[in-house]
Amino acid sequence: MTTEAADSTDAVGTVAPAADPGFLQRHGGTIEYVLIPGAALVGALAVFGIFVAMFGKNPLDLYFYMYYGAFGTWFSWQNTLTRAAPLILTALCTALPAQLGMVIIGGEGALLIGALSATSAALALQGLPPLVVQIAMVCAGAIGGGLWIMLSGGLRQYRGVNETISSLLLVYIALAILNHLVEGLMRDPASLNKPSTREIGAANMIGSIPGTDVHWGLAFGLIAAIASYILIYHTVFGFAARVAGGNIRAAKIVGLGVDKLILTVCFLAGGAAGLAGMVEVAAVQGRTNANLAAGYGFTGILVAFLARQNPLAIIPVAILLGGISASGGLLQRRLGLPDASVLVLQGIIFVFVLASDALYGRIGFLKGKS
Amino acid sequence: MIIGETPPPSGAFGVDAVAMTMRFGDFLALDNVELKVRPGSFHALLGENGAGKSTLVKCIMGYYHATEGDIIVGGREQAIANPKNAHALGLGMVYQHFTLVPAMTVAENLVLARDDVPAVVNWPKEMKELEAFLGRMPFRVPLGAKVSDISAGERQKCEILKQLYLKRRFLILDEPTSVLTPAEADEVLGMLREMVVRGELTILMITHKFREVMAFADDVTILRRGKLAGAGKVSELTPDAMARTMIGAEELTVQPPRTGKPGQARLELQKLRALDDTGAVAVHDVSLTVRAGEIVGIAGVSGNGQRQLVEVLAGQREAESGEIRVAGDPYRASREEMRRHKMSLLPEEPLKNACVGGMSVADNIAFRDFDRAPFARGWWLNPRAFRDDARTRIARYKIKTRTPDTPISALSGGNVQRAVLARELGGDVEVLIAANPCFGLDFAAVAQIHAEIMAARNRGAAVLLVSEDLDELLELSDRLVVMFHGEFVYEARTSEADLTVVGRHMAGH
Repeated sequence: MTTEAADSTDAVGTVAPAADPGFLQRHGGTIEYVLIPGAALVGALAVFGIFVAMFGKNPLDLYFYMYYGAFGTWFSWQNTLTRAAPLILTALCTALPAQLGMVIIGGEGALLIGALSATSAALALQGLPPLVVQIAMVCAGAIGGGLWIMLSGGLRQYRGVNETISSLLLVYIALAILNHLVEGLMRDPASLNKPSTREIGAANMIGSIPGTDVHWGLAFGLIAAIASYILIYHTVFGFAARVAGGNIRAAKIVGLGVDKLILTVCFLAGGAAGLAGMVEVAAVQGRTNANLAAGYGFTGILVAFLARQNPLAIIPVAILLGGISASGGLLQRRLGLPDASVLVLQGIIFVFVLASDALYGRIGFLKGKS
Repeated sequence: MIIGETPPPSGAFGVDAVAMTMRFGDFLALDNVELKVRPGSFHALLGENGAGKSTLVKCIMGYYHATEGDIIVGGREQAIANPKNAHALGLGMVYQHFTLVPAMTVAENLVLARDDVPAVVNWPKEMKELEAFLGRMPFRVPLGAKVSDISAGERQKCEILKQLYLKRRFLILDEPTSVLTPAEADEVLGMLREMVVRGELTILMITHKFREVMAFADDVTILRRGKLAGAGKVSELTPDAMARTMIGAEELTVQPPRTGKPGQARLELQKLRALDDTGAVAVHDVSLTVRAGEIVGIAGVSGNGQRQLVEVLAGQREAESGEIRVAGDPYRASREEMRRHKMSLLPEEPLKNACVGGMSVADNIAFRDFDRAPFARGWWLNPRAFRDDARTRIARYKIKTRTPDTPISALSGGNVQRAVLARELGGDVEVLIAANPCFGLDFAAVAQIHAEIMAARNRGAAVLLVSEDLDELLELSDRLVVMFHGEFVYEARTSEADLTVVGRHMAGH
């Protein structure tokens, strides 16, 4: 097979400088990255339509209400963007390590630990000016989440533990720690039915972007995504990470410190998810309790895969997925579908996206040449 | 046409490929090529990498379907739709790499290769039949031995025996001797030659070793860039004439003469031990000194620890124990040490070992220096510097690529290796470690790489050259070391080395 590969690649490199390829061929790669996930999404929606039709509902109504509930009005847009904010951050928790060839699916755990750390910081610093408390919460959330995922990276580099498994299992450990603390040491005696920590205080909440109901977490997400993109594609650190992610043997042969790269990237990734936890506490819940385990960390995995692990593509994909989840309420009210139906849709999308991976480079009319 | 027609009666038969054309997209891999293999002859198929040899035999074996052209087997035109059809016609192929199951015995491998393995194998009966079969064959292999326990030479014999056992009487051998010592190669090819002479077999052998063509082949067909470049009787040709036909009018880089004397010790290994992936000791407490301005060649059949040795030096594997010193300082393959000692590495399979396929040629060329000026300004990358530097080196090292931004995986093997050369040898070099740097490359690339290595030596670099190609080692090295089972078992000045003794040590005697 190697000789065959050499044969055909010769065509590209040397033997036959081809005639100017058409637009499709030149941009085949880029088009693929839009077309294939798009088609996967459409396919998933079609299958979901069949699922809904089995309940005796008209799929066309479904699509309309989904659109309406997600993007139809200013109100639904705000709802969508509010949900997109943590998704952008948790998606980065999967997308950043993916640049190094790692599959981290434990964003949920980093989110919980981030929330817990941020809450602790806020409670410890009660009485200080709100800005100080808020900055401390950002730092604590990011550091807590970062160390959590760094643990996965460390286990992989130094103990040979698969990072996918360890990061997933760490989610359950994080959840257990959270439950332990909110039901014990950190419990607010006033919270009876729902064990929670004490409130961080209204003054310390980060509030909304002026003129909207969308909280500042969206800005955190956008900044983190853009910063990640710049880090990966425009800095020395990102270049080293891409080398190590593309081929670990090549990285070693030029002496790059792979361990350090992996730990740093894991820290940044966990930091993003920890920030999502901090935002949920400081902008939505005001305290830490089991409500925080709402699955943002897991939906973030879906967002990252749908975005092909590209930090910039994560932004629109997170908004799309945020919209789908925002439309859940409307589907329940208008079509009488269970609220959880959108989770079914998310699951179907995930299956389609993973299956569509096999299509890259195989779509005839996009191929440059064999 | 009838497909899967009964195989011709016993004895050798010929295969002709007429007006073969094979297109992959816009690329013409074979252009109206003709190949005539006479019944009962030993035919060599020569050509550089990418000349279309593999494509041609894959068309014959039914792996590819030629765009145009016919295959004539034993005088009859055949449509070979898949390898099964080819097997039914008595065509068999032996690959460069082994296809035996290492954990099974030779006998098990042979029986299980059949299409009609019964649900319950009657081993006593099969063994008796296998013994009888081996009795008729020119070479013997230990039937009861596990494949993982026998030598490379014996494995290659098994591969060939497997084809004969399956009653294939037209064998295509794809560089069959690349994993064998010269003595083993001569033995295997010699025995096959005898079978051909007796009229039992026809052989089509893909090779790039002129020595084997001259010694064993009757006829030769030479391809160049997908076209038939020449064909004829070996007895009427010289290696020079064949080489000229293969490479055409291309100019080869002239290798500079060996100048200067070796200086101080630059690279020292002391009792270095390394494990392989399974945890077995692959490199066995070896010690070696390479001096400045000296090329030390490490010979050996592949799989005797050379790969692990190079991986340790390249930082791709941790040493178990022992010490590496470069210019007297301990060396642990960090970026800082590689830089301070001006180390260069040319690993085997550069795409797998030294490049990131999805990144551009310019990026790959900058791997050693991307984190300092002019490629980086503080934290930031300067894309223009990448492109400018790449343009200079692409021109200097004659890398054939469309643009500096083309992904390096789109380049041919020779050009990937040229890009790595441009990166590794573009600046000053004090220590160079090269492992099979020319494996599978065309003449022009080989000549260029050999010239660069010699030039580095002449400029005072200490060169450790690990190669499975003895000719390459004899040509380039000042000192020759033979590695066997993870140990250095023989050492001599190259000018005084005796080829038979070297070969004996490679085989472990």
